[in-house]
Amino acid sequence: MTDTQSAASHDAQSDRQAATLEFREATKRYPGQEEPAVDRLSLAVPAGEICVLVGPSGCGKTTAMRMVNRMIDISEGDILLDGSSITDRRPAELRREIGYAIQQIGLFPHLTIADNIATVPKLLGWDKARIAERVEELLELVSLDPGETRERYPAQLSGGQRQRVGVARALAVDPPLMLMDEPFGAIDPINRERLQNEFLRLQQEIRKTIVFVTHDIDEAIKMGDKIAILERGGKLAQFAAPAELLMYPASKFVEDFVGSDRALKRLALQRVRDIDLWKAAQVRVGEPVSEVRAKLADADIGYPLLVDDHERPLGWLSEGALSGERVERKLRSPAEPTVELDDILRDALADLLTSDTRYGPVIDDSGKVAGVLSLEVIGGFLHEAPTAARSGADLVEEQP
Amino acid sequence: MTFELVAQGGLERRERSGVGCIAESGFCPDWIADNYDRYITPFFEHVYLTVVSVAIGFAIAFTLALIAHRRQWLVGPITGVTGTLYTVPSVAFFFLLQPITGLGNTTAIVALVCYTLLIIFRNVITGLRAVPADAKDAARGMGLTDRQLLLRVELPLALPEILAGLRIATTTTVGLAALAFLAGGGGLGAELDEQPFFKSNVAVAGGLAVLLAAALDVIILTFQRLVTPWQRAAA
Repeated sequence: MTDTQSAASHDAQSDRQAATLEFREATKRYPGQEEPAVDRLSLAVPAGEICVLVGPSGCGKTTAMRMVNRMIDISEGDILLDGSSITDRRPAELRREIGYAIQQIGLFPHLTIADNIATVPKLLGWDKARIAERVEELLELVSLDPGETRERYPAQLSGGQRQRVGVARALAVDPPLMLMDEPFGAIDPINRERLQNEFLRLQQEIRKTIVFVTHDIDEAIKMGDKIAILERGGKLAQFAAPAELLMYPASKFVEDFVGSDRALKRLALQRVRDIDLWKAAQVRVGEPVSEVRAKLADADIGYPLLVDDHERPLGWLSEGALSGERVERKLRSPAEPTVELDDILRDALADLLTSDTRYGPVIDDSGKVAGVLSLEVIGGFLHEAPTAARSGADLVEEQP
Repeated sequence: MTFELVAQGGLERRERSGVGCIAESGFCPDWIADNYDRYITPFFEHVYLTVVSVAIGFAIAFTLALIAHRRQWLVGPITGVTGTLYTVPSVAFFFLLQPITGLGNTTAIVALVCYTLLIIFRNVITGLRAVPADAKDAARGMGLTDRQLLLRVELPLALPEILAGLRIATTTTVGLAALAFLAGGGGLGAELDEQPFFKSNVAVAGGLAVLLAAALDVIILTFQRLVTPWQRAAA
């Protein structure tokens, strides 16, 4: 009892529950325009997930996002935030509960970074000490040095730093829902990649419900737990997890939009451990050759793999190594490339393609051989249904 | 209107004083040192005319700009009216107003106020329009009401432009106030008018007007630097 209470109060302080969001036939019509900007959009975003709205320009993705916090009012249908209609709420109050980050960032040039971040806390009447504490916490959260940044003005920061401040400001009152419109759109590719990774790491910590708008399918695949592809006229073309979208595009439009390299994109979503590897004949120096022959018959690959006493791969044996009674240490090629179970499939494939052997021994955390990765294995995987597809959030490499 | 009278008055004085420099209507430091106190009252009249006119003009133009900011269709008509006022020759203005407001400060101030309206109105509107759209969008998206948006984002960001307008209006008014004596408003113009060919007089009265304009400009500029710290930070 006491435990649950303290846990609950701790939750209320440190992170508010994420909200569920549901579009119900939400439609936006502008007077004098025949086609609606958003046409009967229905989709549900579970709490704590990133839903990416993606599509070509003019598909209504930004309009759909802006309907959520009533920056644009819906014409028909409804949008439910945690089960209750947003149309029952006063816009200004509703917006203070929803984080808002846009491509142009929109920092206030006349306010210091601290005051920018404190915008919504001030509107909600937080006291000074609480605001100062929160600003500190948020700056650290987005990897900015509070002492160095707090009193600066936006013009004194780099583009990437400003973008981080924008995200920190959107998170200021720990909103259960965040709206992000191309938040990394104006950043150069290298920094964008970094910010995306940082943000995904951050999301693992804060677990917000997020509506993320982008025109970039690669960003959508990377960031989204679910992706909603919109086509011109504001129609939902497909709403699915990234791997499913890549595997089973629902229409010609989606197929074209995700691109002809969608198979490769799928590889970026999975790790080596997600697929069925080949079994290798693992042999040791001095082992009877007859046993090796038996192992080879049972293996998926016709070359014996020499391992040491700790089952770490040493290299592929040559025919000559099996010419005597016992296995000799004669290698046809080293055990390269060595692939790790946690490697992303696309990277592993790249390693295979640039190596001579086209076969990569896969090792687990302790360095033991766990199987063999080959082009055939990857090819076979791409023809299977997506099963344990991961979201981009799981793919961000841990930083030391 | 008063040229001959003034010339005569000047002659009278010259005859009375008898010193060579003064007789030649030259620039006489001694005379200035002896007579500076006669400029004190006109100077403060001038300050009064300027400050009061600019203050009233600012209040009116600023209010009009705020009204027109949310109703952009009003910008054209208001610019038209204030622009027309701006083009009326000041002398004509004083005479036109005299039947209504009589001779004195009021007439002078009404006219001077009219000349500040266009400059201040246009600068406030320009300043508000120049507020970055992304900052406004972010402000609304975070839940600022229209009023909060105006007070916390738009006006602070328009401040440099608004104060620039105020500076131009103030400098212009100091100059125009030199004609206020025509409406019976006094000021340094009256001194100039009294002895327009006496270099010492022109130098002191004119110089004081220039100094006043410069001083007011510096005051507003200093104020601007104090209230817009982000502008220095950016540079």
